[in-house]
Amino acid sequence: MTAADAFSRKKSNTEARSVRILTFKIDDRDVSAREDETILAVARQNNIYIPTLCHLDGLSERGACRLCIVEIKGSPKLVPACVTRGREGIEVITNSERIADYRRKILELIFTERNHVCSVCVSNGHCELQQLAVNLGMTHVHYDYLYPRLAIDASHERFSLDHDRCVLCLRCVRVCDEIEGAHTWDVMKRGINSRVITDLNQPWGSSSTCTGCGKCVQVCPTGALSEKGKSVAEMVKRRQFLPYLQLMRGVDRE
Amino acid sequence: MGQQVVIEPVSRIEGHGKISIILDDAGRVADARLHVTQYRGFEKFCEGRPFTEMPSLVERICGICPISHSLASVKACDEILGVQVPTTAMKLRRLLNCGEFIQSHSVSFFYLSSPDLLLGMDSDPAKRNILGVLEKHPALARDGIRLRQIGQRIIEWFAGKRIHPAWVVPGGVNAPLTADHRENMLALVPEAVDIIQRTLAVFKQSLENYREEIRTFANFPTYFMGLVDAQGNLDHVDGKLRFMDAKGNIVADQIDPARYQEYIGEAVEEYSYLKSPYYKPLGYPEGIYRVGPAARLNVCNGCGTPLADQEWAEFRSLERGPVLSSFYNHYARLIEILYSIETLDRLLQDPDILNTRTRAFAQPNYTAGIGVVEAPRGTLFHHYQVDDCGLMTWANMIVATGNNNLAMNRGVLQVAKRFIDGPKLTDAAVNRIQAVVRAFDPCLSCSTHVLGQQEFSIALIGPDGKVLDQA
Repeated sequence: MTAADAFSRKKSNTEARSVRILTFKIDDRDVSAREDETILAVARQNNIYIPTLCHLDGLSERGACRLCIVEIKGSPKLVPACVTRGREGIEVITNSERIADYRRKILELIFTERNHVCSVCVSNGHCELQQLAVNLGMTHVHYDYLYPRLAIDASHERFSLDHDRCVLCLRCVRVCDEIEGAHTWDVMKRGINSRVITDLNQPWGSSSTCTGCGKCVQVCPTGALSEKGKSVAEMVKRRQFLPYLQLMRGVDRE
Repeated sequence: MGQQVVIEPVSRIEGHGKISIILDDAGRVADARLHVTQYRGFEKFCEGRPFTEMPSLVERICGICPISHSLASVKACDEILGVQVPTTAMKLRRLLNCGEFIQSHSVSFFYLSSPDLLLGMDSDPAKRNILGVLEKHPALARDGIRLRQIGQRIIEWFAGKRIHPAWVVPGGVNAPLTADHRENMLALVPEAVDIIQRTLAVFKQSLENYREEIRTFANFPTYFMGLVDAQGNLDHVDGKLRFMDAKGNIVADQIDPARYQEYIGEAVEEYSYLKSPYYKPLGYPEGIYRVGPAARLNVCNGCGTPLADQEWAEFRSLERGPVLSSFYNHYARLIEILYSIETLDRLLQDPDILNTRTRAFAQPNYTAGIGVVEAPRGTLFHHYQVDDCGLMTWANMIVATGNNNLAMNRGVLQVAKRFIDGPKLTDAAVNRIQAVVRAFDPCLSCSTHVLGQQEFSIALIGPDGKVLDQA
């Protein structure tokens, strides 16, 4: 449970707004949850592991990576736990042969889309994508790599953007918009051609909105956004600031 | 009638390639060519990457001497940063390089070449390998395996892992040495010295058996190139370039490696992806020069460490001028291992070595950098250009084996002329052609920065271009 969750719960108590409490099952365990909580949040509260990549505590949910897919008994389709709320009486399965297989395939496809070369990456050893590959038992990539030719944007004085390592989780877009309030980052094009951009697709260094706060770099799960001057495996992301900033934002609102 | 012979595979070298030996109408050897048949394109695909990634990228050129590539690379990057690297970091880099030389020279001597030297060039090929040596000369084989292990451990204690570490970085190294690791390494020194001195004694005794190989293994006058320090002593990491002619005259000395382009040209031959560097003042192809262990011991005034200096003096007394036969590279390798162990010992005793200030930070202040070191196989050049953001725009690397390209071709020709007679490849010829190539310890994967599946092969070719024989 994040600090933000705790805060909003307290708020609703004081307002005495009635929130329905649901009970359902995750992996055969009885859980109770507020009706506005996602399956992912409930699972986390109960120490049930569901892998995620685009999700980050403190940011809005995006449902972009699809790694948190879970099964709901009786329903043929898999649903992303980060953007699906619980319902009374459902039985959620977070880990089955089928789910594990799909998650691995999703992960493999993410690897094929860009040039993720861990051995020479600044984030080697500190990368969420790399860790997921380990956790999910990805041993091979069964699809052809696309090997897109992507340029690095190193125009910013302190940071650089390497599209080769980007997984389009859009944490950068969200943190810049929701926390920093600058909305420097956005996305252009569609589908496989999507790219994160700064301002109106201009070099980062020439962006007039970027405050240079570096939050996007710190929340980026891979080596796509990094501090300049870091050598291979030296980029360790620091995210401790997020819950505090989230808390402060909540206070401002009240 | 025109004739061609192919030998396939040439084993126990790093990487893959092919040799063609061309016969004339009379069936005598007319020419020989070493082809390096694959292309890897490192210089090209580095373009657009941040220069800070280069040390790790270029390490992937090779699994045997990644340290050398990373050291040449960080030196080029240091120049792009324009910083003064802390002296402790310089020493630590030098120490890491000692580990590399110990392990790489051990691979070359014990694993790749000792089967030829100890079991005989004409012994059963099925047994002519490190396992055969282990059977016949168990003590020496065990020594070799142990020495390589010591080298690899040293690398691991400094850099965190044995192959492709990311410890050396532009501006220095990214972590200081710990006292524990220093003690661990110092404890290994006496054993390592014992091993190498035993091996040197065995090797020197066996030299008598190889008179014919010594006479024909790339034994011809060429220039030599190597790095030397300010006193003219052997230097693997930070020296200046020295060129020596075949008579032993120093023709260029204390040349700043940044000026390498004034002294070295690179010719391209159609038959190989490996370029042919030459000494510019003499032109191509007259400007043939050699690099590597024997060349380094030829050009320097001494090693600067007591035990290695004794061996060096004995080595140089083999011939009046520089030692010309490339067979002696094996000998020189052992002396360099001794030098590396002594240097390791000396630097580890340095009170400053545990200093925690090991890195200088900066943004890219210059748009070009040239880094030169002595790799186990010879002088290694990395030359980078970057844009204002620090992204690579151009790279040029001249790798040890490349420097030796012309000499290796001529060496193969010399051995082929001596041991090939007629359109058939005899075992004796094949063994020796492979062995002369091995004496240079070429790293073909490094040299073209090549990727491959193909084994090394030798072809005997007639004047009409037809392949007569292969091995």
